[in-house]
Amino acid sequence: MRREPPQKLADYGPLVFPAGMLIVFFVVPFATMIAVSFFRRDPAGFYTPDFVFDNYARFLSLFFGKVLGFSLFLAIAVAICCVVLAVPFTYLLARTRRKTQVLWLVALLSVLSLSEVIIGFAWSTLFSRTAGITNLFVALGLMSEAVALNPSFGAVLTAMVYQALPYTVLVLYPALVRLDPTLTEAARTLGASPLRAFFTVVVPALRNTILATLIMVFIFALGSYLLPQILGRPQHWTLSVLITDQAIYQSNMPFAAAMAVFLVLVTLALVALTVYAGRKGEAA
Amino acid sequence: MPGLTLENVTKQFGSFTAVDKVDLSVPHGTFVCLLGPSGCGKTTLMRMIAGLDLPTSGGIRLDGADITQVPTHKRDLGMVFQSLALFPHLTVGENIAYSLRIRGIGKEEQRKRVDELLSMIHLQGFGDRPVGKLSGGQRQRVAIARALAISPRLFLLDEPLSALDAKLREAMQVELRQLQQQLGITTIVVTHDQREAMTMADTVVVMNGGRIRQAAPPVDIYRRPADAFVADFIGSTNLVDFTVDSAGRVVVLGTTVEGLAAPTGVASGVLSVRPEDLELTAPGNGALAGVVTFLRDLGGTVETFVEVGGRQLVAVSMPHARPDVTVGQPVGVRLRPEACVVLKS
Repeated sequence: MRREPPQKLADYGPLVFPAGMLIVFFVVPFATMIAVSFFRRDPAGFYTPDFVFDNYARFLSLFFGKVLGFSLFLAIAVAICCVVLAVPFTYLLARTRRKTQVLWLVALLSVLSLSEVIIGFAWSTLFSRTAGITNLFVALGLMSEAVALNPSFGAVLTAMVYQALPYTVLVLYPALVRLDPTLTEAARTLGASPLRAFFTVVVPALRNTILATLIMVFIFALGSYLLPQILGRPQHWTLSVLITDQAIYQSNMPFAAAMAVFLVLVTLALVALTVYAGRKGEAA
Repeated sequence: MPGLTLENVTKQFGSFTAVDKVDLSVPHGTFVCLLGPSGCGKTTLMRMIAGLDLPTSGGIRLDGADITQVPTHKRDLGMVFQSLALFPHLTVGENIAYSLRIRGIGKEEQRKRVDELLSMIHLQGFGDRPVGKLSGGQRQRVAIARALAISPRLFLLDEPLSALDAKLREAMQVELRQLQQQLGITTIVVTHDQREAMTMADTVVVMNGGRIRQAAPPVDIYRRPADAFVADFIGSTNLVDFTVDSAGRVVVLGTTVEGLAAPTGVASGVLSVRPEDLELTAPGNGALAGVVTFLRDLGGTVETFVEVGGRQLVAVSMPHARPDVTVGQPVGVRLRPEACVVLKS
């Protein structure tokens, strides 16, 4: 259905409330943060209003560059792992009976209800030497003695994938349910094995959905700061951890703000690049 | 025997029997229409031929080889789906070339075959267009070309023309039949449209309740229906109960039909008479006595509704033989004995 664009000023009425909320809770805090990022830190107190680039300059070092690089790498790894796991899973889920689907979706939603802290400590127990899953492997005769699996990069990645997977499935689910099942059947009658049909028809037909999901999980993972601390070594700490550290423990609000602004800019640039690449791929 | 053979094929979904002990033989190069009301099992039967569903019991043979358990992608089929199922992420040319690409055929050969098929379906130069930009009829043709790209051993079409408007559908029926004859390919079409089946098929297979009620050439299906269901489903007909008197003559609605003998051993049953085989005459003189209740003048044909002994009969005549009757007028109805079909009741 096509609707007329708003004619009078009053037609924009319904927009007032969301716009107000957006301004109060998003635009104002973000603008404040940008402003603070140019302020001067006052070691004795908090900060003094100013316009200096010191905070950004300090950021341009090898150390922070490495942390930023690792943060992006971790977020991309989580996004790719989630999508690689979730696409086949959701595809199969969408083809099961309604009752099975509901059961799985409820289970996934219950994972969403867990807080990051609980997830972090649950996994740190599971990865521990004394009470972890390696004891199970020892009992099964797969390993000779129990070992600690954390802190490690693998532990951070596993827990973050665990946390983001329900989101991924829920974002993919509507698109996969809507996907015409006869597309796969048509591919099979044309000579493609079920696996081949999945990769030559289902995945390409869902290209845009998959791309959007990748971006969503990437951004979601970028904000994670508890799991890397609970399950990782200091070299696995993300920029979000450092921002928290600067803001809360070092009381260096201007530097924390500068890092946050920089992270937003880099993220936006990456998302824009992905969308641009997606458009180009489509046109080709 | 070459061609497709179904032996005792049965498909059950839980306690529901969708296809019930179907035997059918489709000789190589023939065009068969599976025809029936919705839920009669025709689509399930086609899906089993395609391998998309496996029969609960029974066997399917293609050119002598048992293919009952062969997976779909190894059957070398071409199938057109009701939804067409064109791949939205591929262009027209890429859609048509899909089966060739899957089989690892070289790019140059693919292009040649696609051009050949595009000209066959009169869509030269459409190869690079996205399928979303095509009209309904064009998409239909692309789906047909895609199914025929590898010269399949069986060409299956599931309600292929149902999405098209009436005029285009009629034109495509003729085109599809001509294409099939030109390629000499064994073709099976599922349809609920009897006109479509009559237009295209060498053999019409009428199904109901999961069983084949009759499999015969279109004219035989129309002229010699096997039972009341087939007679009623194909075209329109007048079904009237009859009894047999002591002299072995057929009695309909209290009047003896002259010149029509019942088969020996039959005491009663149903008579099928096509509307064009009912003759309106003056009352009496051995004709059934009735009253005209309605006239439907369609221009091309005239339908006269006559009530005889509480039953409504319909007679169809051409405009030049328009019966000179009005509503409420008593008339005589004569059944042409050679056109009456005695059916099992």
